[in-house]
Amino acid sequence: MDAATATLDHHHDPSTATGIPNKKLLLWAFLASDCMFFGTLISSHLVYRQHPPPGNPVATQVFDIELTSFSTFILLMSSLMMALAVNAIQRGKVKSMRTSLLTTAGFGLIFLGCQAWEFWHFVYEKHLTITNCIFGSTFFTLTGTHGTHVAIGVLWLLSMYAYSFKRGFGERNAIDVESMGLYWHFVDIVWIVIFTAVYLLEYVYPVASPVH
Amino acid sequence: MAEALVKSDFIGKEEPAGVRPFTLLRRPTARTGLVAWLTTVDHKKIGVMYGFFAIVFFLLGGIEALIIRTQLIVPNNHFVSAHFYSELFTMHGTTMIFLAVMPLNAAFFNLLVPLQIGARDVAFPRLNAFSLWVFVAGAVILNAGWFLKAGAPAAGWFGYAPLTSRTFTPDISADLWTVGLQVLGVSSIVASLNFITTIINLRAPGMTMMRVPVFTWMALITSFLLILAMPSIAIALVEVIFDRHFGTNFFEVSNGGQPILWQHLFWIFGHPEVYILILPAMGYVSEILPTFSRKPLFGYPIIVFSGALIGFIGFGVWSHHMFTTGMGVVATSAFALATMAIAVPTGVKIFNWIGTIWGGHLRMRPPMLFALGFIWMFMIGGFSGIMHSAAPADSQQHNSYFVVAHFHYVLIGGSLFGLLAAIYYWFPKFFGRMVNEFWGKVSFWVIFVGFNATFFPMHFLGLNGMPRRTWTYDANMGWSTGNLVSSLGAYLLGLGILLYFLVLIWSRFKGARAGPDPWDARTLEWSIPSPPPEYNFAVTPTVHARDAWWYEKHHPEELAREHAAHAGDEAAHGGIHMPDQSWYPLFAAAGLLTAGLCFANYNLTGSLFGLGLLLVSVYLWALEGPGGYHLHPEEPADQAKHQAGPFSPLV
Repeated sequence: MDAATATLDHHHDPSTATGIPNKKLLLWAFLASDCMFFGTLISSHLVYRQHPPPGNPVATQVFDIELTSFSTFILLMSSLMMALAVNAIQRGKVKSMRTSLLTTAGFGLIFLGCQAWEFWHFVYEKHLTITNCIFGSTFFTLTGTHGTHVAIGVLWLLSMYAYSFKRGFGERNAIDVESMGLYWHFVDIVWIVIFTAVYLLEYVYPVASPVH
Repeated sequence: MAEALVKSDFIGKEEPAGVRPFTLLRRPTARTGLVAWLTTVDHKKIGVMYGFFAIVFFLLGGIEALIIRTQLIVPNNHFVSAHFYSELFTMHGTTMIFLAVMPLNAAFFNLLVPLQIGARDVAFPRLNAFSLWVFVAGAVILNAGWFLKAGAPAAGWFGYAPLTSRTFTPDISADLWTVGLQVLGVSSIVASLNFITTIINLRAPGMTMMRVPVFTWMALITSFLLILAMPSIAIALVEVIFDRHFGTNFFEVSNGGQPILWQHLFWIFGHPEVYILILPAMGYVSEILPTFSRKPLFGYPIIVFSGALIGFIGFGVWSHHMFTTGMGVVATSAFALATMAIAVPTGVKIFNWIGTIWGGHLRMRPPMLFALGFIWMFMIGGFSGIMHSAAPADSQQHNSYFVVAHFHYVLIGGSLFGLLAAIYYWFPKFFGRMVNEFWGKVSFWVIFVGFNATFFPMHFLGLNGMPRRTWTYDANMGWSTGNLVSSLGAYLLGLGILLYFLVLIWSRFKGARAGPDPWDARTLEWSIPSPPPEYNFAVTPTVHARDAWWYEKHHPEELAREHAAHAGDEAAHGGIHMPDQSWYPLFAAAGLLTAGLCFANYNLTGSLFGLGLLLVSVYLWALEGPGGYHLHPEEPADQAKHQAGPFSPLV
């Protein structure tokens, strides 16, 4: 973009009553709603964790915590790249934004790959399926929902990457990238909660074995 | 300030010169006819369609209720079969809540919110059309069972697990119910996100939050309740769907599942839902009572904060629906206490309304009658609600007709009376005709008497032990008289509702022409012509006081000067910016409808096709952009085209 538009104020939108862009406000409200979606899923998992039926697997014997720690780290780093992408487009640097976007999407894909491997490993080697115990039902539904969020995020990132080649794409699209960034950071933060409440908790505070 | 003034209606960003957005289908421009309605993004047309569909489903739910009452009119009746009876009470509850009262409120959110805050549309006009069509899709899925071998859903509107499991409902009626509600949830959440953004961001200059009309405040609180409560039932429904389709164990007792989880998740949604149904009604009467009392609303800030407080506490009382499940003394006491606490802000509002009419010059027009009826009837429902909040008393009343009496006083005496008041009150604004005064009043009295005759005896039936959802009863139970009175009352109530809508249809064609401000009201929607032009405000209003239009009427010179200045500003910026119509919200909703119907029918290919259609529509939607064109209301050519209003084919 030329110098005339490089002076856009990205923190104040004069066309709205509050100065917050409409798109950003909508995204924030949506994320509040999404918190409740994940809150319900995580509660379902934690409630059932407290009441294990006979034959429920011991979580620490199923988990591959090293791999999950690695994929968690990758997802965290993807948030850094997302922040760089937003910063780049706010300064009108489309090329730099493209690089950061692709890296973010790539990290997201690595995370999804790890999750796919994890699911395969659980099902075929640890014999934990979505149907054979309540732990499997809550675990796969919860982490699967999160994985779906990541997959939608990756699709969004790649779509934005493709869209950035359209004529006229530039600093004025910063709000589009920033809104996508809000979503991506949220999905990342939710994973930190899931990693703590679903994985780490099992090592710190294991549930008493069910009485047979 | 000047920039904010001329841009306060600005929707989306304009494309730089020379860049054309990608559009697969040419953007529709039809102003009348079917295409205009199918592709509209005008909040007023969308509101009218919400209202139309809601009234259709309201009448359907009413017919279901009348069949229920006919079955119960005498002991040992066999008018309908037991299973059909279960379908009736399930669909009556689901229909009235999700397909009648909620969309009727959504209709008023659409019609009124932008007008009351001085905006030209909602923040995301195409998303708004999407909410409407997704609502229609959900309604179709929910009712599809009537036409299928499986039959309509029959597990109750609460769908308690494990009634919805494949063991107890092997046919697809439970799938239609879960998927239908899921789709309706999408509609509610998307619409609410839109209204939150609209109310916070699209207020006209000077319209501070504490000047926003109470109805719009209640719309804001209701929208927050929706986005925070809907996810709970959405996930609960996902769990049921997974149990049915993929063999998970969420509610499968033999594998460690616990049906009580469904009750908790359902009521974490279900109780805020109660306030989702009543808060908008509190908004309507807060607009209507001051107008017909010739006084400002008494204690505006208290009413607003009470509404917000009801919203907050509403999330902490859900387990009072489960007092008999054995939650333990601490949980039961805590929820009983919270439930009693929520009566405080509700009572505060009642006192404020009484304070509003106290010493006023009351004008008993038809909307006022319904509003006064609302206060009285809603109070009776509130009193029996307080009785339920005491857990020991509740364990006697639980699952009896006393509960049926209670929530019908709240939902009909409360929500519906509010809505009926609102329809008569704002009808002249959107259709340009007055409602017939005499027959409007007659319809109120018939409804009022019929309603009380139907539901007051149910208090006694319940305390005498008659259980809810009972298909028939024996003659020696002592319930015969109460049921007979109740059923006769129901016919009278049905007659009253019929009369109400006949009056509306008559008034639509024969009613006296209404001016812009037939009630001498206070809020901004009355400052523009009836019916409103599609751009709403020829000049974006500036707000100087809480009752913006009242102030304007009493400071004509000051406002005329301002209008002239703003009109000049707006013309200098290219006139009024209007959003373009679009096909894609409709197509996206059609994709969701296809996916929902096929998924409920265990048809994977069809579901994927539907999702594909949704995805393609979303991409085309994004690529076509908000678009838009400019209007110059002061120019004769534009005047001829637009001044007649969005309902010119109707008027």
